[in-house]
Amino acid sequence: MSIGHTLLGLLESGPRHGYDLKRAFDAHFGQDRPLHYGQVYSTMSRLLKNGLVEVDAVEAGAGPERKRYAITDAGITDVAQWLARPEKPEPYLQSTLFTKVVLALLTGRDAAELLDTQRAEHLRLMRGLTERKRTGDLADQLICDHALFHLEADLRWLEVTAARLDKLAEAVRV
Amino acid sequence: MTPEGSLLAAEGLCKTYGATPALDGVEFSVHPGEVVAVMGPSGSGKSTLLHCLAGIVRPDAGTVRYGPHELTALSDARRSALRRTDFGFVFQFGQLVPELTGLENVALPLRLNGTRRKEAERQAREWLERLEVDGAAAQRPGEISGGQGQRIAVARALVTGPRVIFADEPTGALDSLNGERVLGLLTGAARDTNAAVVLVTHEARVAAYSDREIVVRDGTVKDILAGLR
Repeated sequence: MSIGHTLLGLLESGPRHGYDLKRAFDAHFGQDRPLHYGQVYSTMSRLLKNGLVEVDAVEAGAGPERKRYAITDAGITDVAQWLARPEKPEPYLQSTLFTKVVLALLTGRDAAELLDTQRAEHLRLMRGLTERKRTGDLADQLICDHALFHLEADLRWLEVTAARLDKLAEAVRV
Repeated sequence: MTPEGSLLAAEGLCKTYGATPALDGVEFSVHPGEVVAVMGPSGSGKSTLLHCLAGIVRPDAGTVRYGPHELTALSDARRSALRRTDFGFVFQFGQLVPELTGLENVALPLRLNGTRRKEAERQAREWLERLEVDGAAAQRPGEISGGQGQRIAVARALVTGPRVIFADEPTGALDSLNGERVLGLLTGAARDTNAAVVLVTHEARVAAYSDREIVVRDGTVKDILAGLR
């Protein structure tokens, strides 16, 4: 995820302090990985340098000064271009799992056991996500669905690979 | 020996169709309130396992115990009676009687067990409401969507208060959203009533609604542990 673009997008609705930006980010996108304050301030300083945001106000307080950031026209254009640009689909060629399976076969280890262990771990995670969907709001459900569909695709791969282990063993040992 | 606390347990199940072994020494158990997914590729023997566990098919060897009963030793009539009173079934297709309304379909198992019409329909209506499909009570299967039909089928499986629910690819004919709704309602209702569920599926997303899964491959079972609730 591009944190810079996401923070810029959050600024489009109006100027915010760094702390508010972090809170808004975490509420919408930070369920698994909340943003560190350091990330917010380093990102804002980069956006400032590139002219995509400006300091709208500075408030003095007991601690350090609090800057309020506003998006610039260039920032709005940047967000629009980012949203319009399709993401590169990731084909996951040469995944770690494939490497492990081939290495297991090359070294005479039990590749089927490796696949079964992975399958159980995938399903364990899918169970957790399914439970989270059951109790979560719509945003939670959609986030979990995205993860579930990807895990399901992995599981299909595990299944077809398990069914073709003998042939793969022949191929890699040539 | 039956695993402690299990409601339904199988030992050494073998079943052969012609020269093809469908089950080859399968062990299985499920506890009250537990949802177990039976996974595996097409033709691996998972539906045969379900049919043996439910007493629909008699295995060539091995035993199935349900509570105090040894299912495999009961007469066909006794097994049929047990299926009507203690077991519920949900299949992928074609399970509703096309001539009956949604309400009549759900009330049918109660009527077959001798419950009077008025009482059977009262209970059926409660289950239709619980499965959020009471709007289809007066409609026939040909007039409703696949998702509604499947929820009616779940209501019908649950209306007798079964202790074990057998579901064979229950969402195989539904899209993702409808499938998940049916699964959520089925597993939720089963847990509320402490019924066990044997859920046959080849889909991981369906299996993710279970507490535990077993994988059937070439007629044998691999029990892959996943956290019990």
